[in-house]
Amino acid sequence: MTTLVGAVIVALLLWLALWTVVARDAFVAVAGFVVYGLLLSLVWVRLAGIDVALTEAAIGGGLTGALLLGAVGRLRATEAATAAERAGPGLRVLAALLALAVTAALMLAVLSLPDPAPTLAPLVVPNLPATGVGNPITGVLLAFRALDTLLEAIVLVIGLIGVWSLAPDTAWGGRPGLRYRADPDGILAYLARVLPPIGIVVGLYLFWAGADHPGGKFQSATILAAMWMLVQMAGLGDTPRTDGGWLRLGLVIGPLVFVAVGAFGIPAAGAFLAYPETWAKPLILLIELALLPTLVLVLALLMNGPPRRHGGAR
Amino acid sequence: MSAIVDLFSIAAIVGGAFFYLAGTVGLLRFPDAYTRLHALTKADNLGLALVVIGLLPQMSGPLAAAKLVLVWLLVLLSSAAVSQLIARSARRQGEGRR
Repeated sequence: MTTLVGAVIVALLLWLALWTVVARDAFVAVAGFVVYGLLLSLVWVRLAGIDVALTEAAIGGGLTGALLLGAVGRLRATEAATAAERAGPGLRVLAALLALAVTAALMLAVLSLPDPAPTLAPLVVPNLPATGVGNPITGVLLAFRALDTLLEAIVLVIGLIGVWSLAPDTAWGGRPGLRYRADPDGILAYLARVLPPIGIVVGLYLFWAGADHPGGKFQSATILAAMWMLVQMAGLGDTPRTDGGWLRLGLVIGPLVFVAVGAFGIPAAGAFLAYPETWAKPLILLIELALLPTLVLVLALLMNGPPRRHGGAR
Repeated sequence: MSAIVDLFSIAAIVGGAFFYLAGTVGLLRFPDAYTRLHALTKADNLGLALVVIGLLPQMSGPLAAAKLVLVWLLVLLSSAAVSQLIARSARRQGEGRR
């Protein structure tokens, strides 16, 4: 029975992936991609990877889907012209061959993996108590592979700077996007008043539970950013000015604290990003706490896009 | 006793699955956005409600059961709000006017 359910999910996934690739309309492709992400998170649940499932649902399906929908909206004006252009047969055959070659190479790589696959999991398990956290994912992300997580946080901030750099000079430091207008007594405004209190509690719970259970700052930040977006879209709050001091401090506080804790590890434990034995858990919590505002702000501001309106006098 | 509870669960979940099936058929077969939304919200409300009611006696404790009810209420809230938004946007685009 469970094999049957698994087989159905895999067949649906492959079909959705194909659908997303061959869809002519960009909006349809994005809709397929979002459903694909949600289905993929079901697969992760079945594989007992609850952390990955949460991340896939929140970031892969939800946030990336929303970003792509924004891109579709911006490309709408030029879509008909792009769709009318058709590459020559030679180029199409070449593209198909290239795609097939990449797929074949990937299949070969997967098939030639040694069995059992190389894993560091047996090393992680006995060493996890030293970090003080109970969730092995959090332990790996913030202790054993902390450098990866640090670079990830920095990359997100750099990505936001990239988006902001698309702003016209006159709008630099102003508010991103247009102000959303919605009926103040409408259903969207109602939802934006009822849902955020629940969403904030769920988001903070995910953050707090992340030390010992599935969850963590990324999933939490996505939910919190989504609540903020909901308030903006319902017209209840404007997008923030991008030159605000507090905003910019919040954007960089995560990486800054991370680097500071890492540097503290050099005298205290002998290596960058090494934690002294007894301090591991409070330091990890400190990093997580500092990364939370950074992630919420970066994710929400990525959704908002480049500054478009000059904010006027301060 | 537990057999009766299990039977109740099975009956409620099968009933819920029926509403999901009916809602999906409606989504595929109904002619315009409004009737499709009508079919879909029935599936969300009644189908999920029956599935949740069927699962409630199987939960380990009142806290887990409360979480299940919370999930149902959140889905109700979002599906009601989103279906209204979709209907409004369909009307703005002139769907259903002949």
